Parts: sequence; structure tokens; C-alpha cells
Amino acid sequence: MANKQKKNPIVLFIHKTGSPEYFYKLSGRFLPWLIAITTILTAWGLYQALYVVPPDYQQSESYRILFIHVPSAWMSMFIYAAMAVMAFIALVWRIKVAEICAMASAPIGAAFTFITLCTGALWGKPMWGAYWVWDARMTSELVLLFIYLGIIALYRSIDDRRAAARVASIMALVGLVNLPIIHYSVEWWTTLHQGQTIRLTGPSSIDASMLPPLIIMAVATKTYFIAAMLANARNMLIEQDRNKSWVRRLIGDAP
Amino acid sequence: MSDFLAMGGYAFFVWTSYGIFLTTLVLGLVLPALRRRALIKELRQAYRRAEARRKPPRNQGAEQ
Repeated sequence: MANKQKKNPIVLFIHKTGSPEYFYKLSGRFLPWLIAITTILTAWGLYQALYVVPPDYQQSESYRILFIHVPSAWMSMFIYAAMAVMAFIALVWRIKVAEICAMASAPIGAAFTFITLCTGALWGKPMWGAYWVWDARMTSELVLLFIYLGIIALYRSIDDRRAAARVASIMALVGLVNLPIIHYSVEWWTTLHQGQTIRLTGPSSIDASMLPPLIIMAVATKTYFIAAMLANARNMLIEQDRNKSWVRRLIGDAP
Repeated sequence: MSDFLAMGGYAFFVWTSYGIFLTTLVLGLVLPALRRRALIKELRQAYRRAEARRKPPRNQGAEQ
């Protein structure tokens, strides 16, 4: 029979995770593990960053802010890119789970952008003598925060959840133009902010002893993002589908 | 230990940074957990109310 035809496993996975009920159950199983991994990695990373790594020869202990500032700055851009990919999927294929995941990412991206700006200011004061300057890197990062807040506000201001997600997804795609501006700001303009010292390809100019806590924190913030995004998305999903039978079955009958 | 806390004279900047980092991230997990509890409570109440509306109490019909 025709329906016995085997489906490509990747296509099957996309179809399954696109189902709100399957996504809700699967994410519920992953969430405790993700939180546990994030907690362990963060504890290990911060111990290395604050205690194990030797002080910098020029900035002494103040440079320890780097180990949270830089991973947060990476995440502020990484989450934006991830959100834009999900927004694109949501717009093209109209998948509800993709819409919700995109919108669930925005507050976490905004949180990391906020951390980046705060820790940058607290690092700038002792090193540059000012909490804030209208430098290209910092200004473009501040614009990123405003774009995140704009997406959140737009999503909340429209009553129809699905229409709201589509409009906010379009704004997310338009805001994508800011990412290369942030990335290249230290090269295009003369800035107070230092240039890139860590590269995925080619040699990094950062001291090797500083890399372990930085890598641990980079991984920890990634698993954190997945955990927090899923926690948000699960809430949004059952709220939006509150009158669907699968939510009644899962929430209504549970003790 | 006090050397560690002093952070070479940069204690305020280093510890405030780490404080903001941890507080923000912990809130990012605690707030959805609280929201989830409130939401489940709200949904169960709504389901119970809808159920009660669909099946009116029996004694109403019996008294006529």
C-alpha cells in the first residue's frame, strides 16, 4: 500500500517535531538534562574563570569579566541568528512550533545583550575610564537590544498569536542587517573596543591559558539558551493550544 | 580568601558583573517555571468551568 512507503528519517523528524504535542513531550524529557548540564558547566567554567586562570599582565584581575562578557556577546548574536532561521522557517512553511521557538528566543537574546552591555560598562570603567562611550561596537550592540525589545513588543501588541508571530518574524529578518554591522564594527570604524582576538579559523591572539574557561562558558551559554528557550516555548505552546484536545488531555487529566 | 574576594582592587567591577550575569540567567529559568505553574492552574480551572457548564447540576431538572 502507498502509505507503507518508508519516509526519509530527516523528513520524518521534521514532521514529528513540527507537531505541537510531540514537541511538548520531547522537550519536557530533555529539559531537566539540559538544566543539569548547564549548571555543571557554568559552575566549572566560573571556577576556572575566577580562580584557576592567572591574572592578565596588563589588566590584572579586572579582565576576568571577559569570561562572561565575551560568551554573552557571542550569544547575543548567535541567538539572533537562530531566531532569524526559525522565523524564516515559520514564514515559509507556517509551522507553529517554529513560530513559537523564534518568539521564545527573543527574551533570552535580549537578556544576553543586556548582560553584554552591563558587563562591558563595568569593564570599561576601570580600563577606559568611562562606563559608556558612543563607540561603533557598543552602539550597534545597543541597537541589537532595541531590535530584540521591538520584536517582543510587536509580538505582544497583536491579539491573533499566529498573525503576531508572522509580523514579528518579518521584523526579526529585517533586523538581521545589524549582525554584520556589530561583527565588523571594530574593523570598519576606529573604535575604542578591541578587535577580534579569538578566531574559529586561523590562529587566535589570546593567551592559550585563557581559552579553557572561555570555551566552557561558550558551551554552557549554548545549552542554557536551548533550556530557557524550550521552557518558554512549552508555556507559549500550551497557552496557545489551550482549547486543543492534546493540551486538555495532558494538562486537564494530570493529577 | 580575602585576596580572592578583593580581585586586585577590582572587586566591585568583577563581582557586580558576575552578579548581573548569574541573576539574569537564573531569572531566565525561574520565571518560565513560575509561569508554567500558574498557567497549568489557570487551564485546569477553565476546563473545570467548561465541564460544569456543559453538564448542569442534576437536581435542577428533578425539582420541576
